[in-house]
Amino acid sequence: MPTVFIAIPLRRLTGGQATVQVAGATLRQVIERLESSFPGIAERLVDPDDPDKLAVGLAAIVDGEATVLGLRQPLEPGSEVHFLPAIAGGASDRRRGCRRI
Amino acid sequence: MTSKTGSKKSESKKTGAERKFRVVGTRPIRHDGWDKVLGRAVFGADIKLPGLVHGAVLRSPYAHARIVKIDLSKAEAAPGVLAVMTGADMPIAASKVLDLGEEVTNAVFASDRVMARTKAVYKGHPVAAVAAVDHNVALEALRLIEVSYEVLPHVVTIEQAMAPGAPLVHDDLVGSDIGERVEHTNVADHIRYEVGDPEAAFAEAATIVELECRVSRAHQGYIEPQNATALWHQDGKLTVWTSTQGSFSQRNSLSSVLMMPASSIKVVPMEIGGGFGGKIGIYLEPLAAILSRKCGHPVKLVMERRDVFDATGPGPGGIIRVKMGVDAHGVITAATADIRYGAGAYPGASINPAAVCVFACYRVPNARIDAYDVVINLSKTAAYRAPGSPQASFATETVVDEICRRIGMDPAEFRLLNATRGGDRRTDGPTFPRIGNVETVEAIRGSAHYRAKLGRASSPTKKRGRGMASGYWQGIGNKSTVTINVNNDGVVSLIEGSADIGGTRTSIAMQAAEILGIAAEDVHPAVVDTDSIGYTDLTAGSRTTYATGAAAIQAAEQVVEEMKKRAALVWETDEANVRFADGVFTNGAAKNQHLTFKELCGKLDTTGGHVSTTGVVNIRGSGGGSFATHLVDVEVDTDTGKVEILRYTAAQDAGKAVHPAYVEGQMEGGAVQGIGWALNEEYVVGDDGVMQNATFLDYRMPTSLDVPMIDTIIVEVPNERHPFGVRGIGETCIVPPMPAISNALRDALGVRLTELPMKPGRIMAALQAQAGP
Repeated sequence: MPTVFIAIPLRRLTGGQATVQVAGATLRQVIERLESSFPGIAERLVDPDDPDKLAVGLAAIVDGEATVLGLRQPLEPGSEVHFLPAIAGGASDRRRGCRRI
Repeated sequence: MTSKTGSKKSESKKTGAERKFRVVGTRPIRHDGWDKVLGRAVFGADIKLPGLVHGAVLRSPYAHARIVKIDLSKAEAAPGVLAVMTGADMPIAASKVLDLGEEVTNAVFASDRVMARTKAVYKGHPVAAVAAVDHNVALEALRLIEVSYEVLPHVVTIEQAMAPGAPLVHDDLVGSDIGERVEHTNVADHIRYEVGDPEAAFAEAATIVELECRVSRAHQGYIEPQNATALWHQDGKLTVWTSTQGSFSQRNSLSSVLMMPASSIKVVPMEIGGGFGGKIGIYLEPLAAILSRKCGHPVKLVMERRDVFDATGPGPGGIIRVKMGVDAHGVITAATADIRYGAGAYPGASINPAAVCVFACYRVPNARIDAYDVVINLSKTAAYRAPGSPQASFATETVVDEICRRIGMDPAEFRLLNATRGGDRRTDGPTFPRIGNVETVEAIRGSAHYRAKLGRASSPTKKRGRGMASGYWQGIGNKSTVTINVNNDGVVSLIEGSADIGGTRTSIAMQAAEILGIAAEDVHPAVVDTDSIGYTDLTAGSRTTYATGAAAIQAAEQVVEEMKKRAALVWETDEANVRFADGVFTNGAAKNQHLTFKELCGKLDTTGGHVSTTGVVNIRGSGGGSFATHLVDVEVDTDTGKVEILRYTAAQDAGKAVHPAYVEGQMEGGAVQGIGWALNEEYVVGDDGVMQNATFLDYRMPTSLDVPMIDTIIVEVPNERHPFGVRGIGETCIVPPMPAISNALRDALGVRLTELPMKPGRIMAALQAQAGP
């Protein structure tokens, strides 16, 4: 089954485990099963506004290359999945946009 | 393949793909060459439209200041002034991350950056803009705008920004410390990668070297300043003509900042006078758009050079500490890196690619990498050729050189002993596919330069040294679209959305020509606007020849399939009987029935009409990226600290060089930019937080008098993800020069220069410190 490499910021949710083997034929199935074992991890991995997308700022590297299919990315039984920061961070506390031209 | 141009030499080491090419690997004249050479290419500043008016931007003179009041009344009343705007006219963008390819930013920050609302956070931050009948009237109107500022304490260094109690660049910045939310901070992000147990491995290491390196922020130095012309149409749509590396990513940014549908915006990419990563973000475009909406005319804005330095994004400066341990045989056992980059006034320094690249050239079984994205009161940094890698690699490669000296190992042998290979795991986790790291080191080791003796210095006060360094850039794949229209005369039009910065019209056309069996000159490429081609990601991440080239191959293959059907109609035979090779269609069921591609094009109208195909790709990753190794000889005047580059050789893996002259050009250009960053280029920032050298006279970029002819060695380890084996090569070439020169100076002088630029004053100070009091 696919091996998921847990990024350091997420390891507090996995009890410090750096790698986890999770059954699943797609990234979505793997994340759903991760969530059942480690509650709270899915909300760190999935975009709350679009359940087909990874969380903003996160990349899933599957077998060495970033997925372009989001949670629909097919996985092989021996696949390696890395959830890595895609970007430098920093967010604004300001409210979401409210004024248009 | 060996070529010579002047004293330049180029060699090629074929190590893979044995496919025979007819067009790929040749050196046709670029399709846009005539227009560029004769001055007929149309750049953004050349735009002339009916009713065009001109704009100017008022910028903050302070690095950090609250905007107390702006009085526009006199400017608005001035004759010839058509519109005036401030931050109050900007929509309030949603807090949303914009992934622009090599550059990522939050829409709120992108909006704030182009026009301040309540406070200016860098010198040059726009606070108002004017549109007027001509440029001089607009400039005069700026003088009539009265802005009251409350000057605030600023932070312009990483140390200042990270100090306890430091003034905050943003009151509302929410940072992340390895995933934990942090408020009231200038550290936007702290990421960490860890593998194995570095502390335990250091405890067992035979030799450990640790260095702290400092790198100045450096500007891309593109010749053409930022410019934008916008027309807000009566129906609410917007057209923007601009100099950009990515018309579609710019459309997305404008959509978020202006809060209008992307489909209502058309971005027309003009010819681009250099970018190097600096023309991904938006600067003037939203201001021109809003001014146009207010005055009803198309509005043109063009930056002055001072504005380019003050208010656009250079590559970040940083403080990088690298520690590395080896065993008694010189095998690396552990390494750690602490990478701190000054992002400028908004988050988004390239710390993640820095973390990916910092140890990419080496197998490191035990490693920890911490990287910090720190906001400071200078303009927001941007991507600059292999963004993040040169600064971090400077530290790694100088540490490697020191280890080689300590243990007495040849630097090429050390690299070959420790180099990453296909299947090795990167320190950030994923494994490399087939890569050409070892091959670039072997290419340098086998070069005439490596075998040549350094020679004697030209005078007793001068000393010579030689240095080597390696570097890596991962690159990206992503989305590209290419349409091919076949003309009756056998020439095909190739329509693409990739901005052509480095000759990619030709390198993409050549890939289509290879499939079609025609000459590169018989493919006419055109870069078109966002309404005229499918989505195409930006020209960055060393992706264009690789990914848009793959789209061109796909479109050309579709053309061949359709043309086979047409040939079958001509010969009244089954399509399965038609063969195609080397540009000739053959009827396998009959003797002597052949048609060249061109001949068959002449029969299109009688076999069903025109042929038009579109290739669409969305490629996962780059196929392993590109490695490079450089070798440099220097001579240093110990009386003045002046450094002369005597000889320079660059080896880089191109996978398959589509147009070798362009590959050589990228390798040479990257090396020259790296030489500038190594020896001269820096932002000199005064106590007032203002850049003191914001002109090309004072910001010292290398000229042709400063650099020697650069020898290039194109290594070809095929990329398994590209049909022809192509790798993106535009960026890695800037990574090795700085450490290679530091290593050469160490060889020449016996002192280690760890701060960039290694300008004469720093060299003299190091020599004086070496001599003692």
